[in-house]
Amino acid sequence: MEPIEINQLQNHIDKLANKEVYVHLETTNGAYASHFNQDAYNVGAFIRNAQVTYQRGKVVGTGTTYRVGLKLDIGWIYAEGVNQYEVEDQNKLLMAGHDREGRLMVALQISETPFQY
Amino acid sequence: MTEHVVVIYPHPDDEAFGASGTITTFREKGIPVTYLCGTLGEMGRNMGNPTFATRETLPEIRKKELIKACEVLDINLEMLGYRDKTLEFESTEEVAAHLFSYLEKIKPSLVITHYPGHAVHPDHDAFGAAAIKAVEKLPENERPTVWAQAISRNHLEDVGEPDIQNDVSEVFTKKFETIQAHKSQADGMLSKVRNEADDIVEATKQWLGVESFYTWKF
Repeated sequence: MEPIEINQLQNHIDKLANKEVYVHLETTNGAYASHFNQDAYNVGAFIRNAQVTYQRGKVVGTGTTYRVGLKLDIGWIYAEGVNQYEVEDQNKLLMAGHDREGRLMVALQISETPFQY
Repeated sequence: MTEHVVVIYPHPDDEAFGASGTITTFREKGIPVTYLCGTLGEMGRNMGNPTFATRETLPEIRKKELIKACEVLDINLEMLGYRDKTLEFESTEEVAAHLFSYLEKIKPSLVITHYPGHAVHPDHDAFGAAAIKAVEKLPENERPTVWAQAISRNHLEDVGEPDIQNDVSEVFTKKFETIQAHKSQADGMLSKVRNEADDIVEATKQWLGVESFYTWKF
């Protein structure tokens, strides 16, 4: 994955607007968060292959970390803390935020075909 | 009973961190070992450091790492095809029946798995519980010994000292090699050790040089 270049990422998000797409959204601090730090909480959310159509998608942010929001006819999807992206197999837009140790903290992925696994 | 050890853990690398020293000592005695690995660790947070994996490429990368680790250990591998972080939401009965189908064929003398309720990660707890349920399906006189591994903070208070404490420092080179086969995960997990210690193998040995298990009482 590459650090986000906001104009390029916006172009990729625009290309997938107003189409039936599959969305992967997750955020996690890991299954061991409260094991390693008793003051921490284990939290996470995960959805894979939600089928949606968004009328507008927008990436916002400055410097190193970004927010991406997708406006649906009847709702919203957003991810915060995204800092890298990659286009896989031409039609899969992968966005993710990693911490200093390279661990994934948040991911938002949009594809015209379902994600595997 | 012919000796055959079956290791039942959910993630590629659980065997490396948890039991690869013990596995090595069995292999040195010529005892066959089969690893029933539940998932491909699809939901791992570690993406390499610097990152080289994505959520989409991670499963194939971890599959290759798992195959390599099993080559290092010289053990048989069966990948059971569940998805990381979802095992506790599966039907325990169905997972147990799936595991039983392997136990019935292999007829192990020993099963190594996680101690349900004391294994921290929900997949560990769920797969350990299913493994024990699978063993219980065998007639009492045909049941293998089960070694259950506890890693929770409070396991000593709750269930006492583990009766099996394998000092694996003699075979630690092999254990370290197995851990390193899981490069995408080892990069991150060993980085703290790497930052703080001059001799990373020695420091890792201090951390992971003893593998402890509780003999399960049915």
